[in-house]
Amino acid sequence: MKNLVQGQTGLWEVVIGLEVHAQVVSNAKLFSGAATAFGADPNTQVAFLDAGMPGMLPVLNKFCVDQAIKTGLGINATVNKVSVFDRKNYFYPDLPLGYQISQLYYPIVSNGYIDIDLENNETKRINITRLHLEQDAGKSTHDLHPNLSYIDFNRAGVALMEIVSEPEIRSSQEAMAYVKKLRSILRYLGTCDGNMEQGSLRVDANVSLHKPDTPFGTRAEIKNVNSVRFLGQAIEYEILRQLEVIESGGAVVQETRLFDPTKGVTRSMRGKEDAMDYRYFPDPDLRPLVLEDARIDAIKATMPELPDTKRERFKKEFLLTDYDANVLVAEKEVAELYEHIVGFAKGQGAAKLIANWLIVEVFGAMNRDDRSINDLPFTPEYLASLVDLIIDGTISGKIAKDVFVKMWETGKEPAKLIEELGLRQVSDTSVIEKAIEEVIAANAAQVEQYRSGKEQVFGFLIGQVMKSLQGKANPGVVNTILKQKLSSS
Amino acid sequence: MDTKITLTKALDMLKKKECSSTELVQSFINHATAKRHLNCFITETFENALSEAAEADKRIASGSSLPLDGVPIANKDLYCTKGVQTTAGSRILKNFIPPYESTVSGNLKKAGAISLGKLNMDEFAMGSANLNSAYGPVINPWRPTSDSKKDLVPGGSSGGSAASVAAGLCLGASASDTGGSIRQPAAFCGVTGIKPTYGLCSRWGMVAFASSLDQAGPMAHTVSDCAYLLQYMAGYDEKDATSLNVKIPDYAANLKPEAKGLRVGVPKEYLQGLNEEGQALLQKGIDWLRAAGAEIVDISLKMTSAALPTYYIIAPAEASANLARYDGIRYGARVDGATLDELYQNTRHDGFGAEVKRRIMIGTYVLSAGYYDAYYTRAQKVKKLISHDFDNAFEKVDVILTPTTPGAAFGLHDKNDDPVAMYLNDIYTVTVNLAGLPGISVPVGLSGEGLPLGIQLIGPKLSEQRLFNVGLMLEQAAQFPHFNAV
Repeated sequence: MKNLVQGQTGLWEVVIGLEVHAQVVSNAKLFSGAATAFGADPNTQVAFLDAGMPGMLPVLNKFCVDQAIKTGLGINATVNKVSVFDRKNYFYPDLPLGYQISQLYYPIVSNGYIDIDLENNETKRINITRLHLEQDAGKSTHDLHPNLSYIDFNRAGVALMEIVSEPEIRSSQEAMAYVKKLRSILRYLGTCDGNMEQGSLRVDANVSLHKPDTPFGTRAEIKNVNSVRFLGQAIEYEILRQLEVIESGGAVVQETRLFDPTKGVTRSMRGKEDAMDYRYFPDPDLRPLVLEDARIDAIKATMPELPDTKRERFKKEFLLTDYDANVLVAEKEVAELYEHIVGFAKGQGAAKLIANWLIVEVFGAMNRDDRSINDLPFTPEYLASLVDLIIDGTISGKIAKDVFVKMWETGKEPAKLIEELGLRQVSDTSVIEKAIEEVIAANAAQVEQYRSGKEQVFGFLIGQVMKSLQGKANPGVVNTILKQKLSSS
Repeated sequence: MDTKITLTKALDMLKKKECSSTELVQSFINHATAKRHLNCFITETFENALSEAAEADKRIASGSSLPLDGVPIANKDLYCTKGVQTTAGSRILKNFIPPYESTVSGNLKKAGAISLGKLNMDEFAMGSANLNSAYGPVINPWRPTSDSKKDLVPGGSSGGSAASVAAGLCLGASASDTGGSIRQPAAFCGVTGIKPTYGLCSRWGMVAFASSLDQAGPMAHTVSDCAYLLQYMAGYDEKDATSLNVKIPDYAANLKPEAKGLRVGVPKEYLQGLNEEGQALLQKGIDWLRAAGAEIVDISLKMTSAALPTYYIIAPAEASANLARYDGIRYGARVDGATLDELYQNTRHDGFGAEVKRRIMIGTYVLSAGYYDAYYTRAQKVKKLISHDFDNAFEKVDVILTPTTPGAAFGLHDKNDDPVAMYLNDIYTVTVNLAGLPGISVPVGLSGEGLPLGIQLIGPKLSEQRLFNVGLMLEQAAQFPHFNAV
């Protein structure tokens, strides 16, 4: 499928490449051993190295390397047996060494891909050029004092994985789907918490336009976008901006731009003429990183089931639709919770019902009350009980919705709620027969209409019976007996 | 007490209780005070040394003494010392007091050695005459016979380390060697100095100049003294990723003069440009070794002439990044400016000396886009070839004998403003750093002006014991007057 943009001079193709900076889940920084907890008081998680003190040396954190290997395997990439750390040199107060330790020439991971899920239910493969390890910088704050800046080095030296896609993304929707999928994989792997609000995952987007079958156009880079929605907005804005520039006879300038979420626009941050010469060279404080097969194999053995595999298994094992399976596997916690609940259910076909209940009722209530999946107001197993009670006929699906509402409000067990509220479904035929006879007696005119061929009246009569039994009657039984009674006399 | 003793002798005296550490340390403090005009120390820690000496005496008395207990030494001001100003010879680190102790100075301290203070040096270890220190030049305690008033340079960058030992201000000193900074001043001041195999001593807490070449080592009067010091300075350190995880042999216990049956290579490239005096000295070395039963082998190290240019690409490149942290933001000197860039410029303009600036510029240039491959990448290739040269040589010989320097110490007030002429001081020493090999300089003779001359032994990686043993043989043959300058 081609995503082309209509301009005044014809159709344009959008070309997007994404660089994702994913903070590695690790208790310690990449080279210093200092802690990495989010939200600590400023400058309380700073080793001498992180402050750039004289004579301090970096020592590579092995766990961060394992996390990068795991991520490499998770994005179907080659884990390179030899990689090298380079110094990227530039001056800035929040960069205490005057250089960032990164990997330019020989990254730890190359040549991977992920399959992204598009809205029309198609998938598209996006190739990933490379993944490399690097240090994060500290944080400067310029608005606390009229002429002083404040620096917090807590983040300085924290491990990041920079994951670079090929320029194969063709629309803002694809870009958003790519980030969502990548984030989902990282969270499944436990190598990045994917928390975009806290800055654990930041995206740089390279956007350009060209006429199909001509060379790529000049790109602009939008830096540090910190939500999937903003990424979509930033790219949409950038496409229109570039289209206008080109079609009015101008040229797109190669530059770095920032997205302003309050105004919904991108703004030039620095142009190519200010582009830095980072003077990369191999860091002489660190030996090349050499990985043994055994180490990679050991990590391979710990790989969790990733979303694509899980989705296929859910479809097969629980007979879920493509849509339901996709929704359930997108977030690792949801998929895990779903399987956990299914494990408690006993009824035939419960898995499929639980999927519906989770997606419709639970997600609905979560959105309404702004609660997270880890913070449900009832014990998750109760959802299995509820579904089982529908399957064994104790309550109807309709009554179950009322029980769910109560369960959400009180956190009480469904069986108990059914007892307390007297919602148990009536399947006793004598009680139902009695109610039907009363309804037939009280609605002679309608019964007559039905018998003379006006079958729509049947629904009305059913409603009357259900009403007299406060909705607790087993609808199947009511249906059968009412039909019998109406045709018999 | 006389300070005309070796460290080995002092250890023996302390052990036999012929003197106390307090007496010993006090004598050296007195002498160091009397010789302040040599400008060896940037920071003196005499009071602290005396209280440490008292502690050492207690340990010695109670029979729980440490291996180097009570011996007065001093540290090159490149080693961060907890609570004691560490400047690396630079104005930009004036008043910088590290909250941590470098591994090397800490190791010496743990072994019982007592530091009298921090020794002068070329700024950030960049120099061969100690003329680049922000704290003034160091004066070589030796004087030419023709002009006893003439001040000479001690060599560099470990000029303070070499001069303080030669003048009897301490019994040994930590030093560092990136292109010859231990061996060249050792030769100029008539002391012994060893640059160990790269990675033998930890670089943690040592202010970095060129990380892939920097190596700590000791300077002292004799080979035996250096063996004691290196023994305790060296050792694996998990805080330095380039540290070698090897067991350090007991150098002093295994020390014995060695030459018999040894194949000694003399590279022809190291004879070019050597004056008559130098040639005669080298010949003496050859004769001594041959007389002691060594076989002399003519060898060739073809890449020698490429070593100095290679060094002056790699070392400044690394330095340009290593010195980026001195920006006035977090510690050290700051000179304010109206903008951030101005603050950087003012601080670094004022804080760094001319030679440091020159090397930062060279380093920045060779790493720049468009020049990187032509300079840095090519220099790395040549560095490998230099290593191969040595690897091939060590298939034929056990040790290589060369002069340490092209000549003796020169005048402090001579015309010393040609940087390239200055760089040539390291022509015989710099190859060793590029190949990561150990090299020792032993004082073996005096020039016509009565000035010390050194000879260098180079060995394969981790052959420090062999270098000590062959060095000892040369030392015994040479009968160098170690205390003439004291």
